[in-house]
Amino acid sequence: MSEFAYQLLLTLDATLRLATPLILCAMAGIFSERSGIIDISLEGKMLMGAFVAAAVAFTSGSPWLGVLAAMLASVVLAVVHGFACITHRGNQVVSGLAINILASGLTVTIGIALFRQGGQTPPLGSTDRFRPIEWWLVDALDAVPIFGPIYRELISGHNMLVYIALFLVPLSAFLLYRTRFGLRLRAVGEVPKAVDSAGISVSFLRYRAVIIAGLLCGIAGAYLSIGQGAGFVKEMSAGKGYIALAAVIFGKWRPVPALLACLLFGFLEAVSARLQGVDLPLIGEAPTQLMLALPYVMVVLVLAGFIGKASPPAAIGQPYSK
Amino acid sequence: MMTDKDMKDGRDGAHSFALKLNGISKSFGAVRANRDISLDVRAGSIHGIVGENGAGKSTLMNIIFGLQTADSGDMQVFGQLASIRSSADAIGLGVGMVHQHFMLVPNMSVLDNVMLGTEGGYLLAEGREQTLEKLKQLSSEYGMGVDPFALIEDLPVGIRQRVEIIKAIKGGARILILDEPTGVLTPGEAKQLFDILRSLRDDGVTVLLITHKLEEIMAITDHVSIMRDGEMVAHRETAATNPQELARLMVGRDVLLSVEKEPASPREVKLRVSGLGCSSRAGNRLLKDVSFELRAGEILGIAGVAGNGQTELLEILSGMRTVDDGSIKLLDQTIDADNALSPYNLRELGVAHIPEDRHEHGLVLSFEAQENAILGYHNDPGYVRGMVMDKDAVLERCETLMKDHDVRPPNPSLHASNFSGGNQQKIVIGREVDRNPEILLVGQPTRGVDVGAIEFIHKQLIRLRDEGCAILLVSVELEEILSLSDRVMVMNEGEIVGIVDQTEASQERVGMMMAGIGSDAAA
Amino acid sequence: MTPASDLPRWADVVLLPILNLVAALAVCGLIIFFLGENPFTALWVMIKGAFFYSGSLGYTLYYTTNFIFTGLAVAIAFHAMMFNIGGEGQAYIGGLGAGLIALWLAPALPMVLVIPMAILAAALFGAAWGLIPGILQAYRGSHIVITTIMFNFIAGSIMVWLLVGPLIEQGQQSPQTPKFEANALMPKMHEIGGGVFSFLGSSPLNLSFVLALLCLVGFWFLIWRTKLGYEIRTVGQNPEAARYAGINVPKIIVIAMALSGALAGLLAINELLGVQHRVVLNFTSGYGFTGIAVALMGRNHPVGIFLASFLFGAIYQGGAELDFEFQTITRDMALLMQGMIILFSGALAYMFNPWVSKLLKRWMNRGEVTRV
Repeated sequence: MSEFAYQLLLTLDATLRLATPLILCAMAGIFSERSGIIDISLEGKMLMGAFVAAAVAFTSGSPWLGVLAAMLASVVLAVVHGFACITHRGNQVVSGLAINILASGLTVTIGIALFRQGGQTPPLGSTDRFRPIEWWLVDALDAVPIFGPIYRELISGHNMLVYIALFLVPLSAFLLYRTRFGLRLRAVGEVPKAVDSAGISVSFLRYRAVIIAGLLCGIAGAYLSIGQGAGFVKEMSAGKGYIALAAVIFGKWRPVPALLACLLFGFLEAVSARLQGVDLPLIGEAPTQLMLALPYVMVVLVLAGFIGKASPPAAIGQPYSK
Repeated sequence: MMTDKDMKDGRDGAHSFALKLNGISKSFGAVRANRDISLDVRAGSIHGIVGENGAGKSTLMNIIFGLQTADSGDMQVFGQLASIRSSADAIGLGVGMVHQHFMLVPNMSVLDNVMLGTEGGYLLAEGREQTLEKLKQLSSEYGMGVDPFALIEDLPVGIRQRVEIIKAIKGGARILILDEPTGVLTPGEAKQLFDILRSLRDDGVTVLLITHKLEEIMAITDHVSIMRDGEMVAHRETAATNPQELARLMVGRDVLLSVEKEPASPREVKLRVSGLGCSSRAGNRLLKDVSFELRAGEILGIAGVAGNGQTELLEILSGMRTVDDGSIKLLDQTIDADNALSPYNLRELGVAHIPEDRHEHGLVLSFEAQENAILGYHNDPGYVRGMVMDKDAVLERCETLMKDHDVRPPNPSLHASNFSGGNQQKIVIGREVDRNPEILLVGQPTRGVDVGAIEFIHKQLIRLRDEGCAILLVSVELEEILSLSDRVMVMNEGEIVGIVDQTEASQERVGMMMAGIGSDAAA
Repeated sequence: MTPASDLPRWADVVLLPILNLVAALAVCGLIIFFLGENPFTALWVMIKGAFFYSGSLGYTLYYTTNFIFTGLAVAIAFHAMMFNIGGEGQAYIGGLGAGLIALWLAPALPMVLVIPMAILAAALFGAAWGLIPGILQAYRGSHIVITTIMFNFIAGSIMVWLLVGPLIEQGQQSPQTPKFEANALMPKMHEIGGGVFSFLGSSPLNLSFVLALLCLVGFWFLIWRTKLGYEIRTVGQNPEAARYAGINVPKIIVIAMALSGALAGLLAINELLGVQHRVVLNFTSGYGFTGIAVALMGRNHPVGIFLASFLFGAIYQGGAELDFEFQTITRDMALLMQGMIILFSGALAYMFNPWVSKLLKRWMNRGEVTRV
């Protein structure tokens, strides 16, 4: 196997790891936005999930309890978002922004009060975290050319949450396109009056959507602190929620295209990490900071209709009143 | 107001009633939209509810369908006392509704839309076959053929309405409410709709038809109830009444508004439209080969069912929409696809515009009256010095306007939203007419305006005409067109059906033309 | 942007905001209580920290200055019904403009030229960063909220790239430019006016505060006294009516977004020319987002914006004081308070509306009965 191919494989492996929180948050964003609720609070919910997961996993020693607690905490924020946007018909962007800032403040404040480590949680031991899962026959298949290394590096060896994230994509697509709930959800984001006049509660439907978004963001947060990382660090979501939102738009609010967008954005991040300090022919030192801006630039171009056209759910951002 | 005879017609007899309302009232703030309304609807009949815009028909239907809750009163559905607090309750009791603005999701298929709310299982696959079967059955029974896999946004309005009806019937509706169903239909589509409604009735479905069009009531209903100002004023058997009586009951005043005016003395041509055409963004032809002339000192009225190109014509002439085909010679300017004039340019030339919808276009409701009094004229050197507004001049302008046009209350600092419909309209009209425009474009001048203000507004238009202004008047109120215009131009499906002199324009003839039957054939 | 209120104006403008503020602070108080501290003690520490110590009022006003700029930026866009969430990025790029002028021209030109030019450059660079999303919204229909969020990140990436690369101080590791020359620095308030302002104590408060006050007045004049302001408000309140009136709606949207970006850019004058004296990473540190809270609380009016800025200034400065007095709660409390205030004053702005309306009605009815 050539050195380049091996490097590429490692980069793809990193892509999957970097894309996992994006995928989870993007699915969250799709549920919320498809129901007509703008969700810029993916970031805050994920951050909250990350903190709670680390804190609970540290205290209880169980990563699974950590994930559950993260989902619960993230859902609490999601319900606050719902209470503001659905029940009180508040501005959805403002509410999302408030939740992001609240999450920044709360995680650090509670973190300091609990652990006195400047807002971090203590580093987690290996049993408190999700560890890579070695698949069957990895060693046996090593001998197989091409597939062997791919199987070892790319398919095997991730933690449980990565596989869960990947599984959640077809599940989301199934929910959205094959079930009663999905039909109603898609309808309520387009013409809420149609749903209302069919005798279905718009508010209940939207609450369920934002709660699902909360659950998914919670898992994403847990992945950051007890899957990928080993403990909570202040502001560790670092804009990933916004990149996920970008992926939602780039994927035109559909699960599979959004997954591809997440993988693309993850790949860009993996490549730029790999190119750090590398001299490229013609360009000189790789402008990795600028590469990191590519997802944002691409979304702007999509929104402006320069690459395809993204039309959001028709009723997005508008509070429903009879 | 309600005589014993009226009561007997509507409420006696041993028939079974699909729906019985008793003392329904509903207020929105200070507006009493429904006052003590009682209504009996016989099972298996087509029952019309007729009344002017704003009479409270839609509110009443929303209450029956559970979209709004009555403040007081009770309701019986098929003999059972019903408490309908949501549309789910209504649907559960067998009440279905076809809304004026369709409740369909444009980017979903007919099938998805029909299934919404009655999916038949958690997985869509479970109810899918059944729904397709039902669609097939309904299309053969009532002649409502629809492609289940077509997207709603690709279907014409008439078919979309069918999907609404199918949706309601599939949801188990035994009482079907239709709110102004023909407002958006062509005469042909309307006829098909009526055939469907008749066959539904013959199958035992009770139909409640809300409309303000008397000919529809006469054509299809078995019974009719008349609403005025939030009250139910009479019930009639359709066979035992006539349009004149209904009209009198609806408006409570003489139908033919007599506007005193001298015969017009038209002078030079101010506006010449030749071969004008335009399309919607989706590519539908909105105006086709429209040509006419407008002279100084005359009122040219445009009659037609709403949505037949009148709005687009006004928009083009006022500079809010661009020309696709043909040209306009306006004063000494030429407007065509290559030469556009903005609303601002046109105002400077002396073209004033009273828009059809004062809330959408004519006013900024959250602004004070004085800020609205200069809307569109805010570049005028009289109100602005350099970049800075001249507050005193604006205030003075508004005070004059309020005095001249009898705007009440005459308070320039009051927000536009706090004036009544009539007074809001007076602000708009005052603003537009006070500069003695050469051409005045008028859309629905008296929509949602009280009787006193209507008279005042009509007199203003006549005065302007006599002073030599060229007036183009669009109104869906045929009486208004007939009593104000010197010539009547009739539009249908974006085309001019014909132009007739006022002396030859009778209700019947113009009505025929509105349905698309040419002036020659009608004469 | 906000649902119509049926309350009398005074209740809408004064009573509701105060109720919302009290609710937000009450929730924060509860959190402090659960963390095991006395919320009233914490409040008192913050008040002392914001006003009573030497220099603390100066610090409070220094923060206030930042919030005035970003609050006005958000407000002017709001008047055109544009939600500019990109104040961060616009201020960041504004800092680039000011920094370039300070680095290039300060050695050659006198202060009276350098500072006005730096102010102009900050405004122009910020304006450009607001202008592009404005153009994309007005002519291409790209949702302004998403575009401005994206532009924040793009600005962040560009600035990191510049600060670790082309603009880095030679021979240094930390990503920042060289220090500005003395004649590119905004004079501190306590150093000027012959000691008139010495009561403010030694603090970072500088002449930018005066610039902020001028902007407040200018904003009022622009919005309520000029033709442009009339057009901006018309576009914001009823774009269809604006079109009817012959106003070029896309053009006004672009102008409003450019002005918004320019105001946000001025933040850099206070932060860089006033305090940091060089371009550093992330100097905007969330002030752009706080501007949204300021505009919401201040109801997009200069007086309200000044009061809200002052409130947030006090929270920031007072919050910093928490570090010294408590073990469990820190300056991050200020962030929490800010989040709560945005939630209650922004997203839940009308939560108390029905309740207040009912109460007022009952109270007024009683008044009528006694009169009869």
